[in-house]
Amino acid sequence: MNKEILIAGFGGQGILFSGKFLAYEGLIDGKEVSWLPSYGPEMRGGTANCSIIISDNAIGSPIVSNPDILIAMNLPSLDKYENETKKGGQIFIDSSLIDRTVDRTDVETYYIPATKIASDEGLTGLANMIMIGHMIAKSGIVPEENIEKAMHKVVPPTKQNMFDLNMKAVKLGFEYKA
Amino acid sequence: MSEKVLMKGNEALAEAAIMAGCKHYFGYPITPQTEVAAYMAKKMPKTEGGVFLQAESEIAAINMVIGVASTGKRVMTSSSSPGISLKSEGISYLAGCDLPALIINVQRGGPGLGGIQPSQSDYFQATKGGGHGDFHLLVLAPNSVQEMVDMVFKGFDLAEKYRMPAMILSDGTMGQMMEPVSLEKGVVNEYDKSWALTGTKGERKPNIVNSLYIAPEELEKLNFERYERYKKIEAEEALYEEYLMDDAEICIVAYGVASRVAKNAIDQARAEGIKVGMIRPITLWPFPKKVLSEAADKVNKFISVELSMGQMIEDIELAIRCKKEVLLCNRTGGMITTTEDVLNKIYEANGGKN
Repeated sequence: MNKEILIAGFGGQGILFSGKFLAYEGLIDGKEVSWLPSYGPEMRGGTANCSIIISDNAIGSPIVSNPDILIAMNLPSLDKYENETKKGGQIFIDSSLIDRTVDRTDVETYYIPATKIASDEGLTGLANMIMIGHMIAKSGIVPEENIEKAMHKVVPPTKQNMFDLNMKAVKLGFEYKA
Repeated sequence: MSEKVLMKGNEALAEAAIMAGCKHYFGYPITPQTEVAAYMAKKMPKTEGGVFLQAESEIAAINMVIGVASTGKRVMTSSSSPGISLKSEGISYLAGCDLPALIINVQRGGPGLGGIQPSQSDYFQATKGGGHGDFHLLVLAPNSVQEMVDMVFKGFDLAEKYRMPAMILSDGTMGQMMEPVSLEKGVVNEYDKSWALTGTKGERKPNIVNSLYIAPEELEKLNFERYERYKKIEAEEALYEEYLMDDAEICIVAYGVASRVAKNAIDQARAEGIKVGMIRPITLWPFPKKVLSEAADKVNKFISVELSMGQMIEDIELAIRCKKEVLLCNRTGGMITTTEDVLNKIYEANGGKN
């Protein structure tokens, strides 16, 4: 197994954080993982993306240019990476923020109104984790039972409240039905 | 083996330095290296006797490094390309004073202020001196977060063994990426430091640390002596990794992040039946000349994959005495070669696809 994942959106949406959570999922599952952020003059509102690779074998280049899985959390990201996604890959779209559909027919597409769900459920700012939860459910790249363990790795023990909210968001995404 | 954690290369490197007994860090912020300084600012004051100081400039920081190095204590500074240029004067002084120290360069695109994306265009600067005068730096080139840790121990060790500055030549990718890393304490050897300035307590003659020699005969003698040491290092300390070289007809030479991209391309080319392998220099100085020279008798062509306009390629050509053609596969200015770029260059070396 070698899965290349690209998570892309605005700075401030927790793109890098959700990527780190996913990388820990892979690590706990005994896989080789890499996490590479875009870095630059980016800030809240600017673009941010994050390459994650989860593999059975040692990872070569950590740079993902043609993802197996794309999570797009804003329109510029979908415009930029839709055609870069591998044939037979999966594209996950936050449909509260992106009002167009995917043109391609050779990829699986999932539309999740994550930002709206987050806002309705008192989870503002956690659309990223709803998206990740749904991606885990539909891709099966990491086992569900490690979610809690991985969350402990990325949320410090002093922030139990954040832990609960993040877990709730992942669960909502995991169980979301279109 | 300790539990693996996910850490950024920059942070893992900083933690390794503390583990290696480095109690003095002097730096100045610059992207994409700033996490090293930030980590040191947080952790060094909590270490017994630990000193973190953000200097007023890179030049000040390297001169503070000279000060601590003269006392025989482990000391480190870090920066990115333009900042390393500023430190070059001090690096030459460290070499001239025969002082061990560890300097980190998390490279970005140049020349000038350049950009902040990853690059390998400081190869010449690192391996050919990086300051005035006859001298060399030990140059280590990690290609994973784990090696960012391991090379801190190696760098300090070699620096103290040979009494000379060592550099870890990293890049923005290695610094910014997270990978699972095992924070194991590496080997810390004790070397003779009777030369260090530790106070005579009235019991011995004062030691002198100096790089000024007005008499040319004296300066020449010291340079000759230093180059005897360099000869020994070149014979004994070159490190490299071979990948699928046994039956290779094409040999890729790449280090750091470029070697990881190259590995992906090699795997794809191998699947298509093209016999390609890689020699990855782990030390850039000393450059692994012997293994390359031996490979030149076996392979048909070499490819240098590097994120510069072609700097390491000169060392490859020298090492193999231009016995075989060396192709260049490169991007620069912060752009990174893709697997496809390398694959196309492999096809070119192979005279087309198989």
